[in-house]
Amino acid sequence: MPNLFQHQLYKQSIQSMIYIFDGSLEGLLTAVFEWFERKPGLTKIVSKERYQPNVFSQSFEILTERTKADRVWQGLTKRLDKKWMRQVYCSYLSEKPELHQDIFDFCIYIFQHPAGAEKNYGNAQVLSLAQTARKVEREKHRMEAFIRFQKTADGLFYCGIDPDFNVIPLLVNHFRNRYADQQWIIYDIKRHYGIFYNLETVEEIEMDIDINLLKKSNQHLLDEQEVLYADLWKNYFKSTNIVARKNTKLHTQHVPKRYWKYLTEKL
Amino acid sequence: MSERLREKLNILADAAKYDVSCSSSGSDRKNTNKGVGNGHHSGICHTYTEDGRCVSLLKILLTNHCIFDCAYCVSRRSNDIERAAFTVDEVVELTMNFYRRNYIEGLFLSSGIFKNADFTMERLLRVVKKLRLEENYNGYIHLKTIPGASDELITEAGLYADRMSINLEMPTETGLKLLAPEKSHQDVIKPLGFVKNQIIQFKEEKKLIKSVPKFVPAGQSTQMVIGATPETDKEIMYTAANFYKSFSLKRVYYSGYIPISNDSRMPILGTQPPLLRENRLYQTDWLMRFYGFDVRELLNDANPHLDTDIDPKLSWALRNMQHFPVDINTADYQMILRVPGIGVGSAQKIVQARKFGKLYIHQLKKIGIAYNRAKHFITCADSPYQLKDFQSHEIKGFILAESQSKYLKTPSNQILLF
Ligand code: SF4
Repeated sequence: MPNLFQHQLYKQSIQSMIYIFDGSLEGLLTAVFEWFERKPGLTKIVSKERYQPNVFSQSFEILTERTKADRVWQGLTKRLDKKWMRQVYCSYLSEKPELHQDIFDFCIYIFQHPAGAEKNYGNAQVLSLAQTARKVEREKHRMEAFIRFQKTADGLFYCGIDPDFNVIPLLVNHFRNRYADQQWIIYDIKRHYGIFYNLETVEEIEMDIDINLLKKSNQHLLDEQEVLYADLWKNYFKSTNIVARKNTKLHTQHVPKRYWKYLTEKL
Repeated sequence: MSERLREKLNILADAAKYDVSCSSSGSDRKNTNKGVGNGHHSGICHTYTEDGRCVSLLKILLTNHCIFDCAYCVSRRSNDIERAAFTVDEVVELTMNFYRRNYIEGLFLSSGIFKNADFTMERLLRVVKKLRLEENYNGYIHLKTIPGASDELITEAGLYADRMSINLEMPTETGLKLLAPEKSHQDVIKPLGFVKNQIIQFKEEKKLIKSVPKFVPAGQSTQMVIGATPETDKEIMYTAANFYKSFSLKRVYYSGYIPISNDSRMPILGTQPPLLRENRLYQTDWLMRFYGFDVRELLNDANPHLDTDIDPKLSWALRNMQHFPVDINTADYQMILRVPGIGVGSAQKIVQARKFGKLYIHQLKKIGIAYNRAKHFITCADSPYQLKDFQSHEIKGFILAESQSKYLKTPSNQILLF
C-alpha cells in the first residue's frame, strides 16, 4: 500500500492537471475514461460551475459521452458488487464537490488494483465514499419516514420536500411498490423537480404552479376528509406519548428540527 | 361522529401506549395484488414521541373493557376510568387513512379481554381479515395473541398478521402471582410455543409447496415490566435469555414501570420510572444478540445487578482484564467485538481493512471507533509503548473522567448504546 500521508502532500503541491466536467454523473465517468486514455498523472476534477482558472495548472475540458461513461460503469460493475455500485451512485447524489474528486480517484484506484480493493477501509477514498453513501442513505430513509401526503380534492396524494441531498431518484422504488393503487407526487421544492405516479409508471415532472397553493390557507384544494385525518393523527401522536418519560433531547436527536416542517403531527 | 371517533382514539391509544414495542421490522410482505402497502425489512419509524420512542405503528386497543384485574394495568376492571370500544370498521378506516398518508407502517392491535378470550380474539381476527381481504392491505400488522384463545383462531390470525406477541408482564412467576393472581406464565408459554411450532411447520411446508401462505413472517415478541416487582437484573435477563432460546423470539421488550395506582404492592404514584435501568437491560440484550455474549458472562451470582455508572460491555471488560489488550491487527472478530468503544460496523471494517496492511491509530479513528475508550483495551501498529499496566479501577476512572458529560451530567433517562 502506498504511504497515504506522502501521497496527499504530493497531490497538493504539484497539481498539474485539471479536468473540467459538466457536473453530471456521466460527465464524471467520461472523465475517468479520458484519464485512462491519457494517463496525465495526478488530476484534479472540478465541475464547470466551480472551476476557477489557475496559472499553475493545465486544464482539459471533458465532453460528456454516453458510450464512454457506460464503459466505465460497466467496468466498475465487473469489479464491484451491487452494494458498492449503489454507494458510488449515492456519493454522487450527495452533490458535494469534494466527492467528485473522491469518486474520480476511487474509480482509478479500483481499476488499478486487483479485485477486492474496495474493502480497504484504510484507503481515504474508499472510506469517504462508504461514509458519504451512508449519509445519503440516511437522508433517503428519513424521507421515507417523514413524508406526509396530503390528499387533494382530485384524489391525488401530494408531498413537497427539500432534502439535504438529491435523494428523489432513490425514493422511486419504495413509493411505487408501496402505494401502487393511489396517484401520488413527491416534489423537491429546492431542486425544482419531482416524481409523479400515475397508477402505471413513475414519471419525472416539473411544475410551475406555486407549491404554497397546497398549504393550509387553501383547504378547498384538499379532500374533504384531509383535515379530519390530519387532526386524528395529531391526537394520536399526543395520546401515545408518556409524559413521565419525557426526553426532549432524545426526541430532537431522532427528529432533527429541520424536518419538523414536514410533519403533520408537529404543525 | 368525528368527535366520538377522536375521543375513542384518545382513550384507546392512551391505554395501548404501555406496550412499548413499535417495531415494524422483519416482514418482507410484498404488494403483489396492486393494492396498498408492503413490508420493510428493517422497519421505519415515522415519527418519535416526545419521550423519544419510535412511532411506527398505529398502536391501539380494540377496547379497554376487561374482565381481568391485573394490578399493573390501567385497563384493569377495578380501575375507575372511561371505557370505549372501536367498531371493526373504525379500526380499518383509521389504519387505511393513516397508512395512505404515510403516517404509519401499519397497525398494532391489542385489546382488553371482554366476555372471554375467544370472543376477543375473534373480533381482532375480523379486523385483520377485513384489512387483508377487502382492502388489499399489505402493510404491517402486529397482533396480540389473547391468552386462552383457541388454537384455530390463533392459527387463522397467524395467516394475516406479520408479528404476534403476548406479554410475560412480570419477569418471574412469583412477581406475576403477586400482582395478577388470576394469571400465570403458563398462559403465555402455551400460545408462544404453539405459534412457534406453527411457524416451523408452515416454513417446512412452504419448502415443498410454494403456494403455502406466510405464517407470522416477522416472528413473535414479548414484554416484561421492570421495577414493579423486586426482581434482580439477573433474574430478568435469565428469563429473557430463556425465552429467546425456547421460543425463537425476535425481541424481548423491557418496559420500566410507570406508577399508575396507589396499590401498596408496587412503587407509589410519582415515582420516577427506572429509565436508566431499562436502558442497561436493553444494552445487555444487545450484547447477547449481536455481540456474542452469554448472559452468564454479564450477570451471575457475583454480579446480580448491572452497573449504573458504566455500560455492561465496559463492566465486563474491566472485570476480565486478562483478555486485554487485544491486538487489532491479529485478534479474531469475536474478540474485537468485545472491545469497549468498538461496535459491530467498526469491527467488520477493521477485519476487512487489516488484510491490506497493518492498521494505525488514525485509521481506526477514521473508521469510527470511540478511540478514547478503546485505547485502554487495544494495541495497533503505532500504539504508544506503555510502561505500566493500569488496574481496572484506574481505567474506569480515566473513562469516566473523559466521558463525564456523557455519563454523569445527562439526565438518567438518556438512552445511549455503546
Ligand atoms: S388482561 Fe390485559 S388488559 Fe386486562 S387487566 Fe390484565 S393486562 Fe390489562
